[in-house]
Amino acid sequence: MFDNIDLSLVNWSRGQFALTALYHWLFVPLTLGLSFIIAMMETIYVRTGNEEWKRIVKFWMTLFGINFAIGVATGIILEFEFGTNWSNYSWFVGDIFGAPLAIEGIMAFFIESTFIAVMFFGWNKVSKKFHLASTWLVAIGANLSALWILVANAWMQLPVGMQFNPDNARNEMVNFWEVFLSPVAATKFIHTITSGFVLGSVFVIGISAWFILKKREPVLAQRSILIAAVFGLLSSFVLIFTGDSSARQVARIQPMKFAAMEGLYRGQDQAGLVVIGVLSAQRGDTINIKNKDFIFSIEIPRILSYMTSGSFDVFIPGINDLLYGNAEQGVISAQEKIDRGRIARQTLADFKKAKDNGSREEYEALKAKFYDPGFKEEYFRYFGYGFLNDINSIVPNVPLTFYSFHIMVVLGFYFVLFFILFLFFAFRDKLGNKRFLLRLAVITIPLAYIATMLGWIVAEVGRQPWTIQDLLPVVAATSHIDAASVQVTFWLFAALFTALLIAEVQIMFKQIRSGPKEGGK
Amino acid sequence: MLATISHLALQQYWWAIISLLGSILVFLMFVQGGQTLIYTLGKTEDERTMLVNSLGRKWEFTFTTLVTFGGAFFASFPLFYSTSFGGAYWMWLAILFCFIIQAVSYEFRSKPNNLFGHRTYEIFLFINGAVGTILIGTVVGTFFNGSEFSVNFGNLAGEGNPAISRWEISTRGFEAVLNLHNLSLGLAVFFLARILALLYFMNNVDDDVVFKRTRRQLLINAIPFLFFFLFFVVRLLLMKGYAYDAATKVVFTEKFKYLHNLLQIPLTGVMFLAGTILVLYGIIKSLIDYYTKGIWFSGIGTILVVFSLFAIAGYNHTAYYPSDFDLQSSLTIENSSSSRYTLTVMGYVSLLIPFVAAYIYVAWKSINKKRISTKEISEESHIY
Ligand code: HDD
Ligand code: HEM
Ligand code: HEM
Repeated sequence: MFDNIDLSLVNWSRGQFALTALYHWLFVPLTLGLSFIIAMMETIYVRTGNEEWKRIVKFWMTLFGINFAIGVATGIILEFEFGTNWSNYSWFVGDIFGAPLAIEGIMAFFIESTFIAVMFFGWNKVSKKFHLASTWLVAIGANLSALWILVANAWMQLPVGMQFNPDNARNEMVNFWEVFLSPVAATKFIHTITSGFVLGSVFVIGISAWFILKKREPVLAQRSILIAAVFGLLSSFVLIFTGDSSARQVARIQPMKFAAMEGLYRGQDQAGLVVIGVLSAQRGDTINIKNKDFIFSIEIPRILSYMTSGSFDVFIPGINDLLYGNAEQGVISAQEKIDRGRIARQTLADFKKAKDNGSREEYEALKAKFYDPGFKEEYFRYFGYGFLNDINSIVPNVPLTFYSFHIMVVLGFYFVLFFILFLFFAFRDKLGNKRFLLRLAVITIPLAYIATMLGWIVAEVGRQPWTIQDLLPVVAATSHIDAASVQVTFWLFAALFTALLIAEVQIMFKQIRSGPKEGGK
Repeated sequence: MLATISHLALQQYWWAIISLLGSILVFLMFVQGGQTLIYTLGKTEDERTMLVNSLGRKWEFTFTTLVTFGGAFFASFPLFYSTSFGGAYWMWLAILFCFIIQAVSYEFRSKPNNLFGHRTYEIFLFINGAVGTILIGTVVGTFFNGSEFSVNFGNLAGEGNPAISRWEISTRGFEAVLNLHNLSLGLAVFFLARILALLYFMNNVDDDVVFKRTRRQLLINAIPFLFFFLFFVVRLLLMKGYAYDAATKVVFTEKFKYLHNLLQIPLTGVMFLAGTILVLYGIIKSLIDYYTKGIWFSGIGTILVVFSLFAIAGYNHTAYYPSDFDLQSSLTIENSSSSRYTLTVMGYVSLLIPFVAAYIYVAWKSINKKRISTKEISEESHIY
């Protein structure tokens, strides 16, 4: 149907968004976590008046500043990319999606950027209390910016609180609270910020461990590890809890993503949970080439059914069920959804024609359809399917989603253990001779980054081909532009961000190696 | 409270907010202007450090205003977002690149082991200051001179490519630079940013040598500013503009449209004149006296002038983003805005703006207590 949509344009646009988002996300979680850790440390400084704490605070603050600057540099591009590369998307859902972005600017970014100036330049100019309040406000501001952008992202996974208006071919917000208080937004927000807290804690512990290994800064290291281990441990419990809730929500609202996360091809009641599995390169179903199965897996029987629904016997649709339908279980096939989506789009086309011809009656009748609950539930709901030609395009990249998810979960449990060990030995002041553990802490830093990245890959790759679940596939969301332009900007971004990243890492290493300045000036 | 306000009134309210953010942004671009003057004003490393630090404590703020301007534009007039950003792709990306390189430069410039050396980051700052301001001014020029695009909602349901907004010229936004009128606004903004920076340095940096140089530069920059600004304004008042019929919404061109707007909305005329006088007063007073407060006059003047320009672009049944390709595709505040509900929600959010302004004032006052001098810098732990 869409012969003139350039698929390579879609893929380069996706690639560019993924690239820039991943770069942004390299810096954001550290901001989220480290800002709170610094605020806690400064609270202790203000309470005790101990100058050593001020030195510690200032050390971490320097690292924070370096990370923050590049976080901001990578953020601005994401915001405008919705317009530059996803312009159809920006119109189709801008009435809802724009609001959180604007609120984020007004509510969060200004807090952050104002008080960060006090935090860095106010030491000799404002009272200790004012300074402390500013540091807390930076942390709160950072996490508020996460809140609003995650509300926006959650809405893409579960579009709620809106009504399609055929006159201008867009969705309009009808209930702000439904958007803001969406359960997906709540879990997403908490899961994501706690992942930042965990990463921040791992970062602080890793660097402190390095100091101990080098026999430097024992006081700074010991104190930092204690705070970070407590904060990290508490956060990782919340992280796992909300991760579990996220998975349950995904099972409900994005069954295809869930099936991909679990590598589940054939739906099952009493489905088992694959703890460890290796997907085969190609086996099983020959009709769908994306269809793979396990070469090897360890499964806990029936537990998947239980985890998602609280009952051992509940049916979990697999990828095949979602593709070909499963009448017994009431799952409709992809083809059926495509047909319904086409009807919805055809209705829009007829409506437009009636409007242009000025046939008032027809116009009113067709318009009413879009407000009719029956039509919405049976047809408009599948609007996005009307853009698809091939049922297989509704299957995301299964191996990528599956492995990303499983590695993230394994790391989640590993971090709990990690924090417990550090808390235990730091309390007993026995870290000095635990060289293995200290080295482990240093290599755990990249693992934390990997875990958060994988989380986003699960969330974003797993929902392909949808930008807005079931309503707008990527092919219909892009700007009207040639693929070559996007290719050029993709490589420009890749080059620029990589260069800046290398510079950032070098500066960071250098600052860590030089350690805190004497006297906490 | 807001729920009873008509859609049109909300659209007008949001255009005012956009205009306000845009005009504050132009004022705050003194940071960009200053970045182009670091080597002109600072002959020694110490002097340059002072200047960079004086700007470095403010750059975040300009940046955040830009980001919020974008976010607010998206939320209130999403069709502009999808048409202009997706259309004038190269122009906007060029602007964005200028800002990406700025964001890291302050923090990285003087840090040891920064890979590219401090000169590179200073060049980044210069590019941001020069190219960034000129291109932003040029883009705003297209609000009066039009672009080549089409908008058709039917595309979403049609058989062809579903993109609603299409740019109909392959230069993708760069064509705006070829229009002298656009470019003159760009250059006026560039020289204005430098003037504001000079006035800001006079106020913020406590150093006699630098002060003397600043004054000399003020004269040098005021002349081209006046030239480009006057060219832009005179042409604007004489040119045809893009109007639409209140009842049928049909867009047409009208002679002297912007002059009419200034006269028909007297407030904009008053703001424009008062603003121009304030800008000039700030400059002249600083040229003839030993005066450090010029930034306030010229700054407020800038906000008034830019606000009035946005106002005559969008109010009084004017198409603020005209299309020369297809006149009826032109964007107006009525046909490109968010729904009434969303504008209402956002209206409530906008009530936060005074609080934001208040805490910014308090925080800044507290850290601006001391003017920047070599001594002040030597006492600071966080130096750019
Ligand atoms: C330190 C990082 C980290 C760790 C250890 C975990 N997560 Fe996570 N996870 C994230 C960091 C993260 C994230 C980066 O924050 C994501 C990406 C999108 C999102 O909402 O949060 C995410 C997404 C995400 C999603 C997808 C949500 C969606 O598609 O909307 C699920 C189902 C889980 N997580 C589940 C878990 C479980 C069960 C974990 C168990 C131990 C876990 N995560 C550990
Ligand atoms: C919370 C805000 C976010 C929003 C609103 C958002 C939105 C989007 C959009 C519009 C796309 C392109 C269309 C698509 O392919 O579906 C996309 C793709 C993608 N995003 Fe996000 N994103 C967000 C956060 C992130 C973050 C933080 C990361 C990474 C750490 C990320 C990773 C990706 C990836 C990997 C893709 C490409 C998926 C693919 O095309 O296969 N996203 N996202
Ligand atoms: C695609 C979606 C996203 C967009 C459009 C976006 C936009 C931005 C922008 C414009 C900035 C610079 C703000 C400034 O001027 O100070 C920024 C910074 C920031 N963003 Fe994002 N962002 C996205 C994803 C995310 C996500 C998913 C999170 C957190 C969960 C996040 C958290 C932050 C934080 C904490 C900052 C502060 C600076 C830093 O990174 O250290 N952003 N973002």
